[in-house]
Amino acid sequence: MSLFEDYHPLKGKMFQILKPEGTLQRNLHPPFSDQDTFNLYQKMLFIRLADQRALMLQRQGRMGTYAPIWGQEACQVGSASVLQKGDWVFPAFRELGAALMMGIPLKTVFLYWMGNEEGSRAPEGINVLPVSIPVGTHPLHAVGVGWAAKLKGDPIVTMAYFGDGATSKGDFHEAMNFAGVFKTPTIFFCQNNQFAISVPRKIQTASQTIAQKAIAYGMDGIQVDGNDLFAVFAATKEAAEKARTGRGSTLIEGVTYRFGPHTTADDPTKYRKDEEIETWKPLDPMVRLKLYLEEKGLWNDEIEQRLTEEAQKEIDQVVKDAEAVPVPEVEDIFKYVYAEMTPQLKEQMEYLKGSL
Amino acid sequence: MAKLNMVEAINLALREEMGKDNRVVVLGEDVGREGGVFRVTDGLQEKFGTDRVVDTPLAESGIVGTALGMALYGFRPVAEIQFDGFLYPCLDQITNHIGRMRNRSRGRFICPLVIRVPYGGGIHAPEHHSESPEAILAHTPGIKVVIPSTPYEAKGLLLASIREPDPVLFLEPKRIYRAIREEVPEGDYTIPIGKARMVQEGKDITIVAWGAMVREALNAAEELKGDKIDVEIIDLRTISPIDVDAIVNSIRKTGRGVIVHEAPKTCGLGAEIIALINEKAFFSLQAPIDRVTGFDIPVPLLKSEHYYLPNLKRIVTAVKKVMNF
Ligand SMILES: Cc1ncc(C[n+]2csc(CCOP(=O)(O)OP(=O)(O)O)c2C)c(N)n1
Repeated sequence: MSLFEDYHPLKGKMFQILKPEGTLQRNLHPPFSDQDTFNLYQKMLFIRLADQRALMLQRQGRMGTYAPIWGQEACQVGSASVLQKGDWVFPAFRELGAALMMGIPLKTVFLYWMGNEEGSRAPEGINVLPVSIPVGTHPLHAVGVGWAAKLKGDPIVTMAYFGDGATSKGDFHEAMNFAGVFKTPTIFFCQNNQFAISVPRKIQTASQTIAQKAIAYGMDGIQVDGNDLFAVFAATKEAAEKARTGRGSTLIEGVTYRFGPHTTADDPTKYRKDEEIETWKPLDPMVRLKLYLEEKGLWNDEIEQRLTEEAQKEIDQVVKDAEAVPVPEVEDIFKYVYAEMTPQLKEQMEYLKGSL
Repeated sequence: MAKLNMVEAINLALREEMGKDNRVVVLGEDVGREGGVFRVTDGLQEKFGTDRVVDTPLAESGIVGTALGMALYGFRPVAEIQFDGFLYPCLDQITNHIGRMRNRSRGRFICPLVIRVPYGGGIHAPEHHSESPEAILAHTPGIKVVIPSTPYEAKGLLLASIREPDPVLFLEPKRIYRAIREEVPEGDYTIPIGKARMVQEGKDITIVAWGAMVREALNAAEELKGDKIDVEIIDLRTISPIDVDAIVNSIRKTGRGVIVHEAPKTCGLGAEIIALINEKAFFSLQAPIDRVTGFDIPVPLLKSEHYYLPNLKRIVTAVKKVMNF
C-alpha cells in the first residue's frame, strides 16, 4: 500500500516516523542517511537562529513587521529539501526556512522585512516567488505553473505553502479544484500551526482535519506530524514523485505549532495561555532530532556550541550587509511597474524628484 | 468628557449602539477574543457574547457576503475587514450584490450594513497593508463611502452609518488611529452622511481632503500663514455621495483649490472633484485646481514609503503654485 492509502485522511491517523522522545515508530525508518539528518538538523539550527535574529532586529527598530517561523522548521526544511532545481515554490509570508532551503540568500529575506523591495527579487535560476501576504491567494499560481509545465511535458513540482487559516479562502478551494480537475503536479503544503492570528484551528473549519479536504477535490491528502522532519520529508517525497510522474496533486497537512507571536505586531497573551505553549514545547521539532542524533553519537553540546557560533557569525555578516544597502532611489519605485515606464509615471517621477 | 483617540471612539460607538440595538452584530477576523488587530473591538465580545461579536473564518468575501444575508434577515451587521489590501476579495460581493440588491429587487430586499476597513499608509506596515482604495468604492453604485478624520467625527459618522438604510463602506485612516485625542461625548449623536465639514475658513484657497490627509492639510495651512496665505480646509468625510455644494461654495469664495489624497493620482477622487468644479464653478476659478496625491504605483515598502505619501512640503508647494498662477 502506498503512504497515501495507509494514511488516508478518513482513517484518522497522523503520519509520524520520529517520536518526540527521539525514537522511531515501530517498523519505520528515517528517509535518509544519518549524515543527511545531521546536515538538515544543522540547517534547522541556522534557520532558528536567523529567525530569532529577525525578531531581535525588529525589536531594535532595525526591521519592519516580521512573521517568525519558530516551531515550523521541520515543516519547511523537510518539505523544501525534497525539491529540485527547476521546481517552483510559492510561499506565504512565514517561510524563511523554505526560502533558505531553496537557495534564497538570507540577506534577501532580511531586506524584504527591512522594507526594501530588492528583498522580493529571487536570484536567477531560483524559482521562489515573492512573499504572498494576501492569505490563500497564491496556491492558484502554483496550480497555474504546474498546469503549464504539464502541458509542456516538463516533470517539475510546484509547491504552495500556506497556513490553516488560508484553507478558509475561496481561492484555496478554487486552487484545489483546478489542481484536481487538471491533475497538476502541485503539492499543497499546509502548515497547520494551530492559529490564524488569534483564531484557533478548531473554529477555522468544521472539518476534522485539513488533510481530509483533499478527498472532495479528488486528490490525495495526508496529515503528517509537522514537527517530525522524517515524516514531512517522506510524505513530501512521495507527493513529489507522484507529481513528476503525472499522477496529480497532493494536500499535505503538517501539524505544527507557532511558538512565537503571529508577527512582531501581535500580542499572543490576548488569545492563548502560556500553559498551552508549554504542552507543545516537548514536541518541538528540534528537540526530538537532537535526541535522535545524540543517541547515535552524532551530536553533543560541543558541536552545538561550535555550529551555533559559526551560524551567529554568518548571520552577523548578513545583517551588516543588509543594513549597508542604501535606501532605494526614487526611480526604484517607478521603474518596475511596467515593462516600459508610462508617460504618466515619468511625469510623476520627475515631479517627485523635484519635490524631495 | 473623556478625551479619546479614534480607536476608542469607534469602540465606544459600537458599544453604545450594540447596547441599544440588538440587531447590531460585529463580525470579522480576530474581532472577538483578540478585540481586533487594532483593538477597535476590544472588550465587545466579553460584553455582548460570541453570537454578536463573531470571529469568522479567514475569508473576506465570506464575511461581507454573509453580512449581506444577515442584513436581509433584519440584522445590522458591522463587518470588519482587517486591512485595506484584503478588501479586494470583497469587491465581487460589494459590486455585484451589496451595491445593487435594493435596485435589483426594486426595493423589495435591502442590505443595510457597514463594512469597516482600516486603510491608508504611513505606519510602516507590510506589503498590501497601506492601500487607499476609496476611488474604486466611490465608483461603485449603491454603496456610500464614509471616511472620518478625527475621533469625534468617527463616532458620530459610525453611528449614522449603522443606522443608514443603505450599505456603508467605512474607511478608517489607521495612521491617525491613535495620533489625535479629543473630547468625544458619551451618548448619542450622529453626523450626517453626505455632508462635508468646514475644518477652517479661509479666503485665499480651498484645500479639499479627507481621512489622514486632513491633518496634513492643517499642518500646511499653519505653515502657509507665514506666507500670508489664508487657507480654507474642507474635510469631505463622505466621499460617496460627495457634498458638491460644500466644495462649490468654497471655490466660489476662494477661486482657487488644491485637492490632497493618498490614493494614486490617475482616476483618483481628485479627478472627480475637479470635474465637478469645472461643471459648477468654472467661472469662479482664478487658477487651475491642483492635486497632491499618491503615485500610479503600488504603495512602496517601508524604506521607500516616504516617497509616496503626500507631505507638508508637497502640499505647501502646490498651494503656492496655485496662488502664484
Ligand atoms: C486575505 C487576507 N486577509 C487577512 C490578512 C491578515 N492576516 C495576515 S496573516 C493572517 C492569519 C493567517 O493564518 P494562517 O493562514 O493560518 O497562516 P499563519 O499566519 O498561521 O502562518 C491574517 C488574518 C491577510 N494577510 N490576507
